[in-house]
Amino acid sequence: MTMIKKSASEMADALANGETTSVALTQAHLDRIAEVDKDVHAFLYVDTEGALAQAALADKKRAAGEKLSPLAGIPLALKDVMVQKGIPTTCGSKMLEGWRPPYDSTVVSKLRAADVVILGKTNMDEFAMGSSTENSAYGPTHNPWDLSRIPGGSGGGSSASLAAFEAPLAIGTDTGGSIRQPAAVTGTVGVKPTYGGVSRYGLVAFSSSLDQAGPCGRTVLDTALLHETIAGHDPKDSTSINAPVPAIVAAAKNGNVKGLKIGVIKELQGEGYQTGVLNRFNESLELLAGLGAEIVEVSCSYFEYALAAYYLIAPSECSSNLARFDAMRYGIRVGDASGVSAEEVMNLTREVGFGREVKRRIILGTYALSSGYYDAYYGSAQKVRTLIKQDFDNAFTKVDVLVSPTAPTTAFKIGEKADDPIAMYLNDIATIPVNMAGICGMSLPSGLADEDNLPAGFQIMAPAMKDDRLYNVGAALETALLSKWGAPILSHVSGLGARA
Amino acid sequence: MSLKYEDVIEKYEPVLGLEVHVELGTASKMFCGCNTIFGAEPNTQTCPVCLGLPGALPVVNEKAIEYTIMIGLALNCSIAPFSRFARKNYFYPDMPKNFQTSQYDEPICVNGFLDVEIDTDEGIKKFRVEIERVHMEEDTGKSLHMGGATGRIHGADYSLLDYNRAGIPLVEIVTKIVPGTGKYAPEVARAYVAELRDILRSLNVSDVKMEQGSLRCDANVSLRLIGSDVLGTRSETKNVNSLRSVERAVRGEMIRHAELLNKGERVVQETRHFQEDTGLTRSGRSKEQAEDYRYFPEPDLVPIVPDAIWIETLRAALPEKPSTHRKRLQEAWAVPDKEMASMINADVLEIVEETVNLGADPTKARGWWLGEIARIANEKEVAATDLPITPKDVAEIVALVATGALTDKLARQVIEAVIAGEGRPSEVIEKRGIKVVSDDGALMVAIEKAISAQPDVAEKVRGGNVPAAGALIGAVMKETKGQADAAKVRELLLKHLGQ
Repeated sequence: MTMIKKSASEMADALANGETTSVALTQAHLDRIAEVDKDVHAFLYVDTEGALAQAALADKKRAAGEKLSPLAGIPLALKDVMVQKGIPTTCGSKMLEGWRPPYDSTVVSKLRAADVVILGKTNMDEFAMGSSTENSAYGPTHNPWDLSRIPGGSGGGSSASLAAFEAPLAIGTDTGGSIRQPAAVTGTVGVKPTYGGVSRYGLVAFSSSLDQAGPCGRTVLDTALLHETIAGHDPKDSTSINAPVPAIVAAAKNGNVKGLKIGVIKELQGEGYQTGVLNRFNESLELLAGLGAEIVEVSCSYFEYALAAYYLIAPSECSSNLARFDAMRYGIRVGDASGVSAEEVMNLTREVGFGREVKRRIILGTYALSSGYYDAYYGSAQKVRTLIKQDFDNAFTKVDVLVSPTAPTTAFKIGEKADDPIAMYLNDIATIPVNMAGICGMSLPSGLADEDNLPAGFQIMAPAMKDDRLYNVGAALETALLSKWGAPILSHVSGLGARA
Repeated sequence: MSLKYEDVIEKYEPVLGLEVHVELGTASKMFCGCNTIFGAEPNTQTCPVCLGLPGALPVVNEKAIEYTIMIGLALNCSIAPFSRFARKNYFYPDMPKNFQTSQYDEPICVNGFLDVEIDTDEGIKKFRVEIERVHMEEDTGKSLHMGGATGRIHGADYSLLDYNRAGIPLVEIVTKIVPGTGKYAPEVARAYVAELRDILRSLNVSDVKMEQGSLRCDANVSLRLIGSDVLGTRSETKNVNSLRSVERAVRGEMIRHAELLNKGERVVQETRHFQEDTGLTRSGRSKEQAEDYRYFPEPDLVPIVPDAIWIETLRAALPEKPSTHRKRLQEAWAVPDKEMASMINADVLEIVEETVNLGADPTKARGWWLGEIARIANEKEVAATDLPITPKDVAEIVALVATGALTDKLARQVIEAVIAGEGRPSEVIEKRGIKVVSDDGALMVAIEKAISAQPDVAEKVRGGNVPAAGALIGAVMKETKGQADAAKVRELLLKHLGQ
């Protein structure tokens, strides 16, 4: 039980000096999943056999004295939007029930090459559309801090698995905040890398120009180790950046903000933000200032339109990306009987296979791309996107990184916003601009909000391909907070009661 | 009784537009590494990308871009410094992603032209066909609708899908409206497709086989009253699988439109399918209500920004133009304009050239392809080049005639037999026992026989009536089953009868 509470880098040390084996470590996590996941429901599929086989292989290589990657033998939870050969991949949708992909995503290939042990697939909002994981066709994931609350979304399964000590590392994907917002509300760390920094090959697309896979962990260093493992140019992804990966792990070990300029975005605070979340945010700023950083306020006036533009661009792309789910080649098929046309089978399957939120966005996107509306909707949204990029470009001429609260509130109750899509969409108000501009962002815990004793998130944003800056600032803040708290924030996880 | 073509052109002016789809001859597909071999087992040349599996991403085939730029340059187009792919969204079972990755408002090549010549009663006429755009896209899979009466999706019991073709690189070449063709519209359409095909072949970017669908032509035709500048409603004829069909389809559509317009009916804006057997078209998909394809820039692909030096390198390496090549051949073979035009019109120039390259005399080679072989092709209503006789066969026959081993008459028999599938020329000659009877002894036997059968005729010849010998020569030829050299028979006969 003590081993699973360690950080991934501590586990790696334990493996390196022979304190434990990957098989033992993997088994400990499988046991933990068996014990708590009926309450948390972070996993949609647990690959017990595959995980133990990968662990045994890692142990064998270590015993043979092979040179291993820093994360060799460490278990990991994979968001169910990432394909893994032969392992069920549903994207949280009924549409793909029973589908076993015939190929590995590039992220999975890189994890395999690094001998990381994949425990299974984590729950998510259907096709990554949502901020609470309530849109999963397989039932919601529960926040380990309070099982009646959401773990964020769309990657709630990945973040909950970390907070519940079911896995020390996880892969998420972030289209408008799906890595960072779940990290914020579960007291974990999550990074949306620069667009093109991590390959999208094998990531089931929601919105191609916004989607980005990234690392999730319990510490800044763990997240950095995973980030470096999965990053880099991929010839199979045309939008992948052909440039060296920034020195991320080195930055996470550095953690020095002396003389650094940190910009606070005026538009991402105030009204709509929970007081306790803002309190923790301001305390974090003070800590950073105390470490020698210069804090300035900057304005990004076009952020006001980011949410509206996002809800045109993302649904437009999704309406096209999700067209392929037509029952012809894979996934479920409904109504296939004599006398029923292919078109009717497509209609019936899509009616049954997609949930309400997915349908809402397909309809929105179809409308926005329609002839006669294209310029007013999709066209205008693209213009806003350019203006948001300019806002960031201008701000980064004055400061090294930008900061804001990650999400306006702490975790809300399951069901609380289920019937109010706009209220749900507002959760991502602070995370969406980063995706629109293709830059990188991190969320790390800033403490517990006064009102509800639930974790709040602190967001750091840096220019494209300057992902190392996130880790440098994140490490400095993490160290300062840890010394203030005396113990990691997750030592306060209470939702699992005696089990934790 | 359908309207006469002469009556159509007296009243109407055709407006022509042509869209040609070319399958590029790249070894791999447009956006993945799958093979592109024609006729492979269904669904054996597929992968996650061209099957549109969740998570798969496209990567542009550089060779396809290179080929497309070469085509654009050969068609005198400007190459766009920045172009993009777009998604054309529509649902169809043979489209793996339910969108086609194509180019929309930012094509790679624009504003070119192609000059074509046609042979008319008024001499050779030149037309300039302006090219609007050349763009890249991916092909769809292939559907086979089974069990229905029509072979169409509606009414079928089930459909079979083959995704081998899905993702094959296609180039679409779209002309602007071709003005001023008048009555020559069908010939101009054909000449354009022929010239385009020759250019593509010379560039070695496609195997341009119309019958296999690697070159497909859609002919857009509308009519307007002569003197009017109001455009008529157009129809778009698909499934035109040969050069001959291009011409027939355009002519047929002109007549069909004119009949409708004369009756005061309107032409429906629709696709039409050309029927090889009747030369008519049947109604396809209505285009009265424009389909909304919801085009938008393909977010999975980066824009194409070709390097200027690369373009100039490709331009410098373009092969000789087919028109220049033809001029060179014409000079080398010393062929008059008319003869050259008939070879082009019969689409045998290339095959004649191949025959000549195999050692045949140009005049003889041309004679066979335009003569006996063209006659048989005409009878069978196929192109001469589609008959099962090769340049090598013809070169062999020309050589046999030159050495006297075959007469022209026997050569015609051999050609017929080769086309009938009896084997190569040497096999036919062997099997049929064809040989020129030049043995004097054997001929004398036949001559004696003819004389004893018609003693009165022989007497006339002896008496100096030489033309009367024709009947005896004919009898000898009949006796020898045409295998004798008639000149030789005549010589021997006259000598024998003291003339």
